[in-house]
Amino acid sequence: MSTDEPADGSFGQYGGQYVPEVLMPAIEELEDAYRRYVLDNEDGFMDEFRERLADFGGRPIPLQRADRLSERYDTEVYLKREDLLHGGAHKLNNALGQVLLAKYMGKERIIAETGAGQHGTATAMAAAHLDMPCEIYMGETDIARQRPNVFRMRINGAEVNPVTVGRGTLKEAISETMRDWATNVEDTHYVIGSIVGPHPFPSMVRDFQSVISEEAREQIREKAGRLPDSVVACAGGGSNTMGAFAHFVSDTDVDLLAVEAGGSSLTVDEAEGVAPNSASLSTGNEGVLHGARTKLLQDSDGQIMESHSVSAGLDYSGVGPELAHLVDEGRVTPVNVGDDAALEAFHRLSQDEGIIPALETAHAFGYLEEHPEEVGDLTIVNVSGRGDKDLETVIEETAKRDLDVAPDMSVFEQVGAGRLGSRGDRE
Amino acid sequence: MSLDAVFDSEEPAFVPYLAAGDPSYEASLEYVEALERGGADVIELGLPFSEPIAEGSTIQSAIVRALKAGMTPERYFEFVEEVDVDVPIVCMTYYNLIFQYGGSEGGPRKFVERAADVGIEGFVVVDLPAEEADPLREACDEFGLDLIFIVAPTTTDDRLESMRERVSGYVYVQARTGVTGAREDVSDQTAQTLDRISDWDVPKAVGFGIKTGEHAERIVRAGADGVIVGSALVDIVAEGHEGDEPVAETAEKLEAKARELKTGALRGVGAAVESE
Ligand SMILES: Cc1ncc(COP(=O)(O)O)c(C=O)c1O
Repeated sequence: MSTDEPADGSFGQYGGQYVPEVLMPAIEELEDAYRRYVLDNEDGFMDEFRERLADFGGRPIPLQRADRLSERYDTEVYLKREDLLHGGAHKLNNALGQVLLAKYMGKERIIAETGAGQHGTATAMAAAHLDMPCEIYMGETDIARQRPNVFRMRINGAEVNPVTVGRGTLKEAISETMRDWATNVEDTHYVIGSIVGPHPFPSMVRDFQSVISEEAREQIREKAGRLPDSVVACAGGGSNTMGAFAHFVSDTDVDLLAVEAGGSSLTVDEAEGVAPNSASLSTGNEGVLHGARTKLLQDSDGQIMESHSVSAGLDYSGVGPELAHLVDEGRVTPVNVGDDAALEAFHRLSQDEGIIPALETAHAFGYLEEHPEEVGDLTIVNVSGRGDKDLETVIEETAKRDLDVAPDMSVFEQVGAGRLGSRGDRE
Repeated sequence: MSLDAVFDSEEPAFVPYLAAGDPSYEASLEYVEALERGGADVIELGLPFSEPIAEGSTIQSAIVRALKAGMTPERYFEFVEEVDVDVPIVCMTYYNLIFQYGGSEGGPRKFVERAADVGIEGFVVVDLPAEEADPLREACDEFGLDLIFIVAPTTTDDRLESMRERVSGYVYVQARTGVTGAREDVSDQTAQTLDRISDWDVPKAVGFGIKTGEHAERIVRAGADGVIVGSALVDIVAEGHEGDEPVAETAEKLEAKARELKTGALRGVGAAVESE
């Protein structure tokens, strides 16, 4: 993986370091630290990282056969249960790695952006665990739709700074975190939350996340006696995606399916500057955003479009440069699933398998429902996170739609009526 | 007039920034012209990009206003053709707009060709470090435009070398770490940075945080050949817009502010001469 990669962090024509000059020295310093500590295990960095991932994070994480889904789709479906990682999503693999790296680098302060709040939560946890002060930038739209994670970040001791510009989602949060970094670059490390941003972030985040496929590849051989026909993972920036793919990239018989958010539609509104989806791999074109050349949702002038998805963690106009490259190479297949199908898949997985997935993750299962014929006879689906953070959104969004699988929530009305009644009785 | 010609004069250059099209195309024309009347020697004219990661809240808001009012790269080029100023205009923007203008062939050449066509003299591209700048440098050479780089207080010696090899027109000395925005004080990081590049043969203009004539004076006294001022001017545009002020009134305030800054810069030379 990282060994046969060019040292400048390019993935074909994608990647690079398109950042303001003031950040370049920090990025060069990070490049050096990445090489020494992560790639060369200097001072036993990787050993300490692995040990903390085990003891604090709970790795290794199980690969579980999904009995009901296997039956439903008439194919062997295995689940890589990253939802069981501490914090409830794959995000801790990266956050713990980067906060620990910041410590080795002598940095004194941690900042991060977050969309769904999962990365912010993981970073807040890692920072508390490693005793570093931490500030998280989060768009106001996301603060409203992912409240439980805002509580968790605060409870772990992190500051949460609302970002009010634009639509107030992940794109704006990343921009604002970069501004903080440019101001406090000397003592601060920016823990970016996906395989996006300038080199070395995309490679480094991938390396921290690749423990997912390292384990899964071993586990599937043990349980099924062979490699899978496919690996399916949702893709926002693409960190759980590349984490789940990395150790399978050279297994060319294994199909790699990146499921993007199709939102409400794949067509864009140029005049409004809005793409009602987050399908940058499927529909975007090449450009430069947040430090990297990659595939973007942009208008014909090159202005970045506002993306949309019911899931905050997929709601981003860009995508990791490595995924963009693997898609061009034909190694990764980009597919997409809309809001409705993701919601349905959310309910189905909860009811059939007893696993409440994150809305991001639900997109991967939506794909399985829509195209079971595309995954072969044996597939691994990456369960990137659990859905506790999404319950409010799901109930709200479900109420707007007519979904067959959705549970009836009238229990609240019954309780409400009962309470009123009994209060009335007492008076 | 070329950038070289501006900096050949003994006087320090005053280099104001405004975002083109803020808060509207028509008003913005008036504002840029007012800057020249107030003494601008070069105008850094921002081409608004939707994701301005190096901008503080003042210029972010200007960019939002300009984009809302319909500014696009093509309108920007029309603006440059139409605006009635004689001083050189430098286009300040982010790389994606330059890259995307190339259409399916991609790359910066088409953008630079069109810029040369409307009379733009050079570029500052905020998110394009020297390492990624070769395609743009080549296009600038082909069409005779300058490419200005920003030197930050954090810039290492190695990086200074790679910029020195590629820079022309002037070098933009970022007075402090952080993003754009007017400040109450002037950083002493400036003098150190100026010192590190004192033997470069391009002029040095200092920006980031300069707000008053007195700041400008001190910056020139520290050895700068030019003073770049953005947020303090954009603030005037913002106040005029929010207060529904007549365009002519805001333009007058901009002209007065420009004169204050230019006069301050000139005093800086006087002081330097006196102290010798
Ligand atoms: C559970 C979960 N899955 C997936 C994502 C998308 O991120 P990425 O594409 O980097 O894996 C997020 C982001 O917040 C998330 O919380």
